[in-house]
Amino acid sequence: MTSPSQARATIVPAVLERHAAELLDVWTQEQTTAGLTRGAAGDLRARSTEFLRLLQQATAETSGVGDLTAVHGAPFARVREFLGALSRQRAAEGATPSETAMFVFSLKRPLFVLLRREAADADRLADELWVATELVDRLGLLTTEAYQRGREEVIARQQQDMLELSTPVVKLWDGILALPMIGTLDSARTQVVMETLLQRIVETGAEVAIIDITGVPTVDTLTAQHLLKTVTAARLMGADCIISGIRPQIAQTIVHLGVDLADVTTKATLADAFRTALARTMQSVAPARHAR
Amino acid sequence: MSVVRAETVPVRVESDVVVVRQTVRQWATSLGFSLVDQTKLVTAASELARNTVVYGGGGSLTLEALEDGARRGLRLRFADEGPGIPDLALALTDGYTTGGGLGLGLSGARRLSNEFDLDSAPGKGTRVTIARWR
Ligand SMILES: Nc1ncnc2c1ncn2[C@@H]1O[C@H](COP(=O)(O)OP(=O)(O)OP(=O)(O)O)[C@@H](O)[C@H]1O
Ligand SMILES: [Mg+2]
Repeated sequence: MTSPSQARATIVPAVLERHAAELLDVWTQEQTTAGLTRGAAGDLRARSTEFLRLLQQATAETSGVGDLTAVHGAPFARVREFLGALSRQRAAEGATPSETAMFVFSLKRPLFVLLRREAADADRLADELWVATELVDRLGLLTTEAYQRGREEVIARQQQDMLELSTPVVKLWDGILALPMIGTLDSARTQVVMETLLQRIVETGAEVAIIDITGVPTVDTLTAQHLLKTVTAARLMGADCIISGIRPQIAQTIVHLGVDLADVTTKATLADAFRTALARTMQSVAPARHAR
Repeated sequence: MSVVRAETVPVRVESDVVVVRQTVRQWATSLGFSLVDQTKLVTAASELARNTVVYGGGGSLTLEALEDGARRGLRLRFADEGPGIPDLALALTDGYTTGGGLGLGLSGARRLSNEFDLDSAPGKGTRVTIARWR
């Protein structure tokens, strides 16, 4: 895939190496002017020094223009790591994506100044500026992508929290757990429900788990499959499951679908299921006697 | 028999399946279907919508309110431009699945409906039409 133009040499790596100190000075100056000084000034300098060092190492490993701008390639692994960590941190600090990307983009002007001075002639200069632009732009995109990923992780975590919130496993009695399910049993939520229930079975050593589906509006084949899998997994952990709250219209529909719940204990109401669970665990709840 | 009302909704992603169920329930309720019939229609729609998303790569649902003399009905037309089904009889066999499911969606939807039509061929997409009369 390497065309002659991609293999062409560029002075960018050499400039980064030979003029590192000067570049660092001008760049940190640039960042300060642009107001990118969040955190201590020492921070800014340390951060910039580290980035230039990694960038110089990366570009030194590349050969030719095509390789130099391939920021997703192996030589740039450390650079990507650095920018990724920085962008996530900035995202967490509440910086905007453009503020985050400015860290890289502010490197453009200082780099151009050096190239203008070092390039042999006007033709070469045009080529070098083009390469430098490509390189900086792509690194800037990396920061934006990492920032975006950081945000998505935050959102995913929040969604996960909500999933867990909506599936409380409650202890009804010694050895008896109940899981009242409410709403749509889509695959993501059912996965969480199943894991939570199994985990609580282990923690509490419960013998019976009641899954109440009174609040589930539709039981289709996917829901049924999830329920069956949960029952089977619970059984492997030593707990019996009882499914309760199967309303008449749902029962009819399940039969028409052809789903076989013969192996599963089902009860019309949570109260019925509780009574069965007490019997299975050899326990009973008696009405209170008159005061002594 | 005439179609007195029609609407088409997208069935592209998993979350559309939820919207399909809600829309079908609304239509079935307003057409005066009993709770059992509503549940049958919604469940059949859920199966066909998920197949449209999972196997058909997304498509659409057209709902049609039907009138035939004094009879009222609801027809659901699912359509996708996916790979199509090579063997219709096999796909309608209880327990047959290529996706690790229970293999009961298509056959179950047929049992939950009064009318059922499956039109599909490799490269021609899939159209499943069901209807239920009140
Ligand atoms: N719209 C479609 N496009 C292509 N293939 C389909 C489509 N709908 C169904 N099929 C095929 O028919 C098979 C049977 O479908 P069916 O809905 O009965 O079972 P399933 O989806 O595999 O499992 P489930 O019981 O969860 O519905 C599918 O596994 C798939 O191979
Ligand atoms: Mg299916």
